[in-house]
Amino acid sequence: MSITTYELNHLDQLEAEAIHIFREVAAEFERPCLMFSGGKDSIVMLHLAAKAFWPARLPFPVMHVDTGHNFPEVLEFRDKRVEELEARLVVASVQKSIDDGKVVEETGPRASRNRLQTTTLLDAIEEHRFDALFGGARRDEEKARAKERVYSFRDDFGQWDPKNQRPELWNLYNGRIRIGEHIRVFPISNWTELDIWQYIERENVEIPQVYFAHDRQVFSRDGMWLADSEFVTRTEDEKVVTRRVRYRTVGDMSCTGAVESEAATLEQIIEEVSATRITERGATRADDRVSEAAMEDRKKEGYF
Amino acid sequence: MEFLRFATAGSVDDGKSTLIGRLLYDTKSIFQDQMESIEKTSVQMGNDYTNLALLTDGLRAEREQGITIDVAYRYFATPKRKFIIADTPGHIQYTRNMVTGASTADVALVLVDARHGVVEQSRRHAFLASLLRIPHLVVCVNKMDLIDYDEKAFNEVKEEFRNFAMKLEIPDLTFIPVSALHGDNVVERSSNMPWYEGSPLLHHLEEVHIASDRNHIDARFPVQYVIRPQSDEHHDYRGYAGTVAGGVFKPGDEVMVLPSGFTSTVASIDSYDGPVAEAFGPMAVTIRLTDDIDISRGDMICRPNNQPVSSQDIQAMVCWMSENADLTPRMKLALKHTTRSSRVMITDLHYRIDVNTLHREENPSSLQLNEIGRISLRSTQPLFFDEYRRNRNTGSFILIDEATNATVAAGIIVGSGT
Ligand SMILES: Nc1nc2c(ncn2[C@@H]2O[C@H](COP(=O)(O)OP(=O)(O)O)[C@@H](O)[C@H]2O)c(=O)[nH]1
Ligand SMILES: [Mg+2]
Repeated sequence: MSITTYELNHLDQLEAEAIHIFREVAAEFERPCLMFSGGKDSIVMLHLAAKAFWPARLPFPVMHVDTGHNFPEVLEFRDKRVEELEARLVVASVQKSIDDGKVVEETGPRASRNRLQTTTLLDAIEEHRFDALFGGARRDEEKARAKERVYSFRDDFGQWDPKNQRPELWNLYNGRIRIGEHIRVFPISNWTELDIWQYIERENVEIPQVYFAHDRQVFSRDGMWLADSEFVTRTEDEKVVTRRVRYRTVGDMSCTGAVESEAATLEQIIEEVSATRITERGATRADDRVSEAAMEDRKKEGYF
Repeated sequence: MEFLRFATAGSVDDGKSTLIGRLLYDTKSIFQDQMESIEKTSVQMGNDYTNLALLTDGLRAEREQGITIDVAYRYFATPKRKFIIADTPGHIQYTRNMVTGASTADVALVLVDARHGVVEQSRRHAFLASLLRIPHLVVCVNKMDLIDYDEKAFNEVKEEFRNFAMKLEIPDLTFIPVSALHGDNVVERSSNMPWYEGSPLLHHLEEVHIASDRNHIDARFPVQYVIRPQSDEHHDYRGYAGTVAGGVFKPGDEVMVLPSGFTSTVASIDSYDGPVAEAFGPMAVTIRLTDDIDISRGDMICRPNNQPVSSQDIQAMVCWMSENADLTPRMKLALKHTTRSSRVMITDLHYRIDVNTLHREENPSSLQLNEIGRISLRSTQPLFFDEYRRNRNTGSFILIDEATNATVAAGIIVGSGT
């Protein structure tokens, strides 16, 4: 940061924009909530939120939509972080939605709880009467996300209408909604994967170990390495091997792929991310491969 | 590294999305899986070429119709700069989405099809860019490949555009002949147009000087959120959080708070990372004052000898964006300006601008969707503002329809009074 010319470097600008958004929502909404998965983007979000309100605590709770298919180290990390920040944690459980008969578990080798999450999320929003949900989605992740506003208006059913988004001018966000409606808010919309990693390094943000190269029992499916775990059913051809891998995203274990990597430090990860030729979701998310417009369709149903 | 934000503009099919695709492609910013995916889709759609516009036209409806409906944001970097691109739609019915993308841009790229010259949408968008005071405007005369890279045709478009732009305030205007489809003068200098002596587009974007476009003179700090920790450790802490909207703030500065008019001194500027020596836009910080005065969200901290205008009567240009209702005198709306929300009444509709001729039609009865006009409004509370031309942050507002909660206008403050 060069004080004499009054210029901010890109990470400072991105940080300032995100903090502005956090404060704006906290000021204008009655019951905001921050979605926290334990993944790197939501960890950065939590860090930014802590900065926005320092020295006060977060003026809103943190919610994890728990598919039940978690990396154990990520869950551990979640609880530790929440405790450090003295934040309130709400867990919305997909397993409970299944047990309550609200959704039906998919079966077969490709069963995933990804779609079911939406119901669990929408039920939790209704139960807690949340009116604004912070999400860590970035526009560089996916082509439907590239189109979404920072304040993404959702109707009573949590649906996104991409053909009828509110104009969003300057940094003047329109947060007016009716009862039952809510908004999803994306403070890190303008960050790229590389920005996230550079920021994690600069800020010394702690992240779960699964992001660094480690040996893991994996099997290959659709050109991705999936972790062998109790949450997946392998076919006979899907043989388990040990590979040195790291995760670029962390989500549901049954559909998040690992990438082969030797990057064991942040510096090495940044180097790898700078050189990579495959997008983050392309390399790691089975849920996006369903169809060309898989993300858009899920968003229209109320997904993040 | 520094950011440059730019937005595309211009009529449908003039090649905006293709140009962005080309810029991304030639700077190697496209990932392999994205490329494979658009190659596949292009084949399915029966295109002769890999359709680079698909990189930004990501919605199902956009692909079905082959058009851009809403802004797509894309990101890329060169060793010199980081870029945020807003690729906007050209259709008149989606003008509000174009304005969304353009409102924060440092540079506007107006595309013009070399075969058709300057058409109504090119004029509308150039006018909007000047109204929004995007400091730099680059006219990309596109599809040069279809007119044999003809210099004369390029000069004609240039002349035509210049004639129109003379009536606008455009501080920095540049013309570049390009072929978005083939990449001429996008990243690499074109060998098809040896007569062109200027830089290719990317080079221009890397070099254009934007550091002085922000206001660092008039200290403005709209209070966004009051931080009062409910903890023993910080029991008496009271900080005013916000984003610097103009000028520079330092500890020890004498400040005035509006609307109360009380003066105090900046005790410290706080952040999670420690005290801040100087805060300037767009930093998000927390200011503490030496005196305990009543300050809340929507108040404005400034300097006693440099205050914004404080008035309930405002003169503004608006771009009307509602398809449900027209703007008419006496209409009541909600307004958001800096961190202040208020209710307003439209007291007068002075004129509407014909975007083709820039002619003012005096005293129209209403403004319809996508029309631009000059209004007066009266606010239930005073607003603390500067002219938009002096400060984009304190000179802009939005209007909201209280019945539908839709954002229905972008407002640009020209002054106070009726
Ligand atoms: N021949 C030629 N065609 C172009 C050029 N740029 C764009 N096009 C074509 O013009 C059509 C519209 O382009 P698109 O990028 O979607 O325009 P937009 O509506 O401004 O975003 C597409 O069929 C493009 O392939 C160019 O430089 N030369
Ligand atoms: Mg387009």
